[in-house]
Amino acid sequence: MSIGYPKVVVASENSTIVYFSERPCRKTSDQIDYTANALKIRLGEELIDLIPSYHSLLVIYDPLKIGFQKIEQEIRDTIGRWKASNQPQQSRIVELPVYYSPESGPDLQRIADHSGLSIDQVIELHQQTEYTVYAMGFAPGFAYLGEVDERIAMPRLATPRHNVPQGAVAIADRQTAIYPSQSPGGWNLVGLCPLGLFNADKRPHSPMQVGDKLRFKSIDRDEFIQLGGSDKKLTGEIT
Amino acid sequence: MKGFKVLNPGIHSLLQDMGRFGYHSLGITSGGAFDQYSFGWANQLCHNLDNAGCIEILVGGLILEAQVTTQIAITGADVPIKINDSTVESWCTHNIQAGDTIAFGYATAGCRAYLAVAGGIQAPLIFNSLSTVVRESLGGLTKLGTPLEKGDVLSCSSNSHCTERSVPAKYHCEFNTDTAEIRMVTGYQYEQFSQQQISQFFATDYVISSNSDRMGYRLEGPAIEVPSCEMLSEGISLGAVQLPANGMPIILLCDRQTIGGYPKLGSVFSQDIAKLAQMMPGKKLRFKPFSIEQAQRVLQESTSK
Repeated sequence: MSIGYPKVVVASENSTIVYFSERPCRKTSDQIDYTANALKIRLGEELIDLIPSYHSLLVIYDPLKIGFQKIEQEIRDTIGRWKASNQPQQSRIVELPVYYSPESGPDLQRIADHSGLSIDQVIELHQQTEYTVYAMGFAPGFAYLGEVDERIAMPRLATPRHNVPQGAVAIADRQTAIYPSQSPGGWNLVGLCPLGLFNADKRPHSPMQVGDKLRFKSIDRDEFIQLGGSDKKLTGEIT
Repeated sequence: MKGFKVLNPGIHSLLQDMGRFGYHSLGITSGGAFDQYSFGWANQLCHNLDNAGCIEILVGGLILEAQVTTQIAITGADVPIKINDSTVESWCTHNIQAGDTIAFGYATAGCRAYLAVAGGIQAPLIFNSLSTVVRESLGGLTKLGTPLEKGDVLSCSSNSHCTERSVPAKYHCEFNTDTAEIRMVTGYQYEQFSQQQISQFFATDYVISSNSDRMGYRLEGPAIEVPSCEMLSEGISLGAVQLPANGMPIILLCDRQTIGGYPKLGSVFSQDIAKLAQMMPGKKLRFKPFSIEQAQRVLQESTSK
């Protein structure tokens, strides 16, 4: 554990935020995952919800059942046990198909121009990296993945698009993500994933969860259509 | 199934319960009744479970036709209400016959009213809640986050009439005519703000911007210089007060995004979130620091009463 960590800080009358390290890393992700699961078991009904993110975990509890000092003690005890347990966590590896092309990724050219690479090199760098799911938020099923190779890191668009299609794979700085539903967005679009990424009626609701590893696999236009991708998204009929 | 038919949905009427919990790690927000205080009283008046579904009526205009015999209760904003041709009070129950019409005028003080029905309004649950979150396309009658629409039928069971009940006046919402005092539990990046920035924050009378809704209230006032702390996105609690680069605070509310990367000074105390729910854009507020010890003591005391 880095010096001064974990930091346990009050967030609201019924939530406490735990910072595990200065920067996100593999060990931090393991600790967050362990702590979240252990707290669910330890606290039961005293726990209301948990929000894991890059280097932190927000613990939302019922203040009529457990006070903030007790919760801090529970959190510290739990993290202390992780040190003792010394078991490396096995992450799940999820693979998602992506049709990378200028027709499915209208910002590929911008990234190529910005980086001085060819479009093919941009695609290769994006798909050869193994990403970590650091957080989910912004919209249901929207996963923040890191980290993108710094050569293709790209600032957000100055003016966000009104409509980014469902399944769009995108880059913002050193983060990448897939839009689980059509929404406005300012990230740079590099391709389309033909699969559904959030389903409220079906379990699992999302193919990935915080802590998973994720790889993208490049597919061609025919495979995109075969896997259920809509060619209307390619011709701009669905923006 | 029978229940109440929506003849006019009014400005913006939403089905709500206490909210959606246990799914924040998927990015799903809590939603739920904005003014949990008035919502709680509406269900209590009807002898409902705490989490029973109600209608949250923004400003007014809602007109319902009853298809069943039952009891209803209305709480929250001061809104003129008519059952058929008679004007009726809020903060009490009313016996309803099949065929009755319940019509809301427009709020004269406060801005959100709650209508509960004996036994609760039935709707399909999604992630264990019927709360309507328009931004996430989740909940409500359709499960797709749609507000009430003309022609919708809200399913309710029939209930026999009983003695009418009312909430004593001292427990009704108070609507601020002047600057509201909003208690904020200090936390998150509070320690990273300078003494000068914090003094300015607590001394300012902020105005609620017109660009405010259930997701968040944007506040207008003199900009505060924001400390240049490098931030990674992190979990956002209900009522979190964040300061984006422009130095104008935003209070993140029931339909907030679950994670975000702006520095935060703490979170508004839940009893004052209910107050915010009744404040229209243009109203003024001032923050007051509140410690976690004070906040949890007040919560304990108000439930043991």
